[in-house]
Amino acid sequence: MKQSGTVQQSSRHAALGLSDERVVEMYRMMQLARKFDERGQLLKLAGKVNFHISGITQEPSQVAMGFAMDTKTDWFLPYYRDYGFVLSVGMTVKDLMLSLYAKAEDPNSAGRQMPGHFGSKRLRIVTGSSPVTTQVPHATGIALAAKMRGEKSVSIVSFGDGSSNQGDFHEGCNFAGVHKLPVIFVCQNNQYAISVPLSKQTRGNIYERAIGYGFPGYRVDGNDPLEVYRVVKEARDRAIAGEGPTLVEIMSYRVTGHSTTDNDLDYRTKEEVEPFKQNDPIVTFKNYLVEAGLWSDEHETKMLAEFRAIIDEATQYAERAPFQPAEDSELYVYADSSEVKS
Amino acid sequence: MAVIEYIEAIRLAMKEEMERDSSVFVLGEDVGKKGGVFGTTKGLYQQFGEDRAIDTPLAESAIAGVAIGAAMVGMRPVAEMQYSDFMFPATNQIISEAAKIRYRSNNDWDCPVVIRAPIGGGIFGGLYHSQCPESVFFGTPGLKIVAPATAYDAKGLLKAAIRDPDPVLFFENKKCYRLITDEVPDEDYIVPIGKANVMREGSDITVIGYSMPLHFAMQAAEELARDEGVEAHILDLRTIQPLDREAILEAAAKTGKVLIIHEDNKTGGVGAEVAAIIAEELLYDLDAPIRRLCGPDIPAMAINPPGEKHFLLNKEKVKAAMLELARY
Amino acid sequence: MAKQIVEVTMPQLGESLVSATIDQWLKQPGDSVDMYEPLCELITDKVNAELPSTVKGTLVKILAGAGETIEVGAAICLVETEVEAAADTPAATTAPVAQQSVRAQTSARPAGVAAAAVAAFDANAPMRVRYSPAVQRIAAERGIDLSQVPGTGEGGRITRKDVLEFKPGAAAPSAPAAPIHAPRVAETPELPTVVVEGATAPGREYYIDVTPIRNTIAKNMRQSVNEIPHAWTMIEVDLTNLVQLRSKLKDDFMKNEGINLTYMPFLMNAVVSAIKEFPIMNSVWASDKITVKRDINISMAVGTEGSVLTPVIRNADQKNIVGLAHEINDLAKRTREGKLKLHDVQGGTFTLNNTGTFGSVLSYPIINFPQAAILTFEAIVKRPVVIGDMIGVRSMVNLCLSFDHRILDGVICGKFHQRIKAILESYNVDTKLY
Repeated sequence: MKQSGTVQQSSRHAALGLSDERVVEMYRMMQLARKFDERGQLLKLAGKVNFHISGITQEPSQVAMGFAMDTKTDWFLPYYRDYGFVLSVGMTVKDLMLSLYAKAEDPNSAGRQMPGHFGSKRLRIVTGSSPVTTQVPHATGIALAAKMRGEKSVSIVSFGDGSSNQGDFHEGCNFAGVHKLPVIFVCQNNQYAISVPLSKQTRGNIYERAIGYGFPGYRVDGNDPLEVYRVVKEARDRAIAGEGPTLVEIMSYRVTGHSTTDNDLDYRTKEEVEPFKQNDPIVTFKNYLVEAGLWSDEHETKMLAEFRAIIDEATQYAERAPFQPAEDSELYVYADSSEVKS
Repeated sequence: MAVIEYIEAIRLAMKEEMERDSSVFVLGEDVGKKGGVFGTTKGLYQQFGEDRAIDTPLAESAIAGVAIGAAMVGMRPVAEMQYSDFMFPATNQIISEAAKIRYRSNNDWDCPVVIRAPIGGGIFGGLYHSQCPESVFFGTPGLKIVAPATAYDAKGLLKAAIRDPDPVLFFENKKCYRLITDEVPDEDYIVPIGKANVMREGSDITVIGYSMPLHFAMQAAEELARDEGVEAHILDLRTIQPLDREAILEAAAKTGKVLIIHEDNKTGGVGAEVAAIIAEELLYDLDAPIRRLCGPDIPAMAINPPGEKHFLLNKEKVKAAMLELARY
Repeated sequence: MAKQIVEVTMPQLGESLVSATIDQWLKQPGDSVDMYEPLCELITDKVNAELPSTVKGTLVKILAGAGETIEVGAAICLVETEVEAAADTPAATTAPVAQQSVRAQTSARPAGVAAAAVAAFDANAPMRVRYSPAVQRIAAERGIDLSQVPGTGEGGRITRKDVLEFKPGAAAPSAPAAPIHAPRVAETPELPTVVVEGATAPGREYYIDVTPIRNTIAKNMRQSVNEIPHAWTMIEVDLTNLVQLRSKLKDDFMKNEGINLTYMPFLMNAVVSAIKEFPIMNSVWASDKITVKRDINISMAVGTEGSVLTPVIRNADQKNIVGLAHEINDLAKRTREGKLKLHDVQGGTFTLNNTGTFGSVLSYPIINFPQAAILTFEAIVKRPVVIGDMIGVRSMVNLCLSFDHRILDGVICGKFHQRIKAILESYNVDTKLY
């Protein structure tokens, strides 16, 4: 690490209230998410798991979101690409692997749900489902509960550009706007909803919809995690201050297919995707840290080896872990499990 | 013990639960200041304030979704759908979310939400103010569904629903609102969800049903006992899901002759499931084919009086069916 | 212009409302009321409203006072209207609509399930052997022979209740032996109630419920016509002497016997004697053989309002005219009173039908399955007849005979007929009954 005895010009991250440790942690978290994600793709290709859905290149903004929140008091409603986010708020790679392998020990759903369907009361991650956007009114409802209880708590909910056209998005936003609820709506706009490009998804600008609902909307470059952090932090502060919701549209680009069942060359060309792959925001952020004297190749090598070990261990663990017993799949329909039997 | 209207029983249940537990609140269109389009939530806004009797925007999916979110973090919301005919935008939230939250999180999360919706016709509401949509949600595991016929049950079941850790659909019959009155205790009580009730003991035929049509059955039963010497055994399901299998089988076996009645369309209605349960378990106790007297298989009832009458059950139709079965 | 009094009723002001309270009357008896003019003010939980009049006229009488709570649909005042066509009462009061046909309610089945015990064992009843699972199970558990159990359910079905209440050893009617046409002899068969379907469309037909008896008769007729090749013949008989004999005897007969002396016993006596000479007339076709019955049991057709029954006079050959008269009278009486027992209608071997009572002079009767022949006794008519070479006025009667052409043919029937004619014509004023 570069030594510096002179008074440094305030760095961008410092100006945002982020310590050096914190910002390095952010970078590490991005990389961890990335490495997990890449491993997930490999495992699917290798036939070890049935399904994987990727969030590659969206990690930096997700991590930034997570770091802007308070893991003790806030509520989190991620969507299915949010590995960066959930790792930032306390989930582990082992948890994610167990979920990927659908094993009983998976804290999200004991292997009942598809990967990417997060949930953990302990970590304040609200259980999600597959019908998209249903989590938006939930976030509003959770914010309503916080307001009713007089709690200093904010809920943050992620969804994609496709979801932003679903009725629940509009209804959830509108409700929150009317009642000035402490909720942050984050649209992770990666330009594609499976094969449907943004131009076919909407004619307007997503962040501007907030105007219609009576609160501010912002568009942010997803490749600039510090900017994402700033915007989300401000949104959180507004919410805590009782000023109501914020809509944040994070611009990025989905470099993979929608999931491992989607061949994206059906609807776009390699040439279109390549530049975005080259312009990897993790690399950009690494460079920022290096320039800030907070990172080096040495650190990089060490970190990658560390992460490799973590992921290998997690993979092995998950592979060996048992499934939930088949009969147990009848449990937890109702509070009293015995009511399940019919 | 006071004799009160069905609608008052529902209102009191909400009021008392809101007094008892500060996490209970109501939300829906017009439920606050106006007190509900039927007056069901009258006085709650005045007593508990706009924060606990919330006038929501016109957005059923949000009404349900917001309630679900609040319930997931420990509140006890009672969401109102103004008419059950309009609750379908909320179907995704109810079926995909509320019903599955506990299951999909392996018991980590739960969703103790109550969604109330008025059902039933007979008030010249026409196609979209008279429907009985129970069968749409019936058969969705994870949901509880109740449909009281009496004021006593309405109050007790709503209280039970609010206290229940699982999502409950509370289908209140709008014809019953002011038509049905009965004795309701002043002190706190609940009616357990999942338990049917024998309204009338009898030995000749068994009538099984829920909600408004049971009152026709009761009236018909009096006349049949008096004029024909036919004694009808009448079982009020009260809870549609989970069905009280034990009570159904016991009531059916008592006479071997079963008539199932409900206002919802016949095909795919709750009655079909009740009939299947009886057929599965009681073959050697059946003395007659299981009969169902239900709304016809048409989309909804017309507003013109003959059309509405044709759809609805009434004392005459129920009585004729009961007598025919008794004579079989 | 005609004046009439119209009721104004309480409308349904809002859905789910069942009543409203009259706050105050805006009109008093004697006041004129225009169309849509407010009559009174109403209060409910949800709305306060003025009730507009739907008739133009004069308020005659207030039926519900201020402060009273009235149910929707109940009358609240009377208005005398000058308009011919009565104005509609508010739409909320449901006008009677086309009745649903309630045939089930008005069928002429014997009320209550306590039909004569005989009916409960009618082996021909369509649902008699439809044992429900409950019935079979209970019978098996209790070792009950279901053929002994009366069936009070629809179509003679044995119900679960019947089995549960069954006490073995209780007097059960013996199983009917080869019922010929066991009719359902319940209480007096009433005329079935005619139900007009669809009050709004009278149409050109109406419907009559089918009683069990009619059903049985229908079955029998059909079977007879289907299976038996009918042939027919007729003779004329000169009853002038018999008429005189009867005239002479009838008053004393009534005094001594207490019943009317009709022509039937004479006819029956003649027929029975003829059968004794031609026993083949008293038989049954059994496809590979013809069963000649030794017992001569005459089925006598007795008409009632809704049907015809054929009670049987057993061993009619062993009775004289007086005995026959009594038995005929007794059976006819009991038939009309609905007091026949199953035994009374079983075992007939030959049928007589006194068609003359309704004025017929010629009939083509349908054989009473599975008998071989049926004879009708038509009306006795005074006719000019050639005797010798002169014309005289004689009391003539036609006897018509339908017969089973598999068993019988013209020759034997002709002889049979001639025999009856001879006997009938032999009765004269000197014949002794005793």
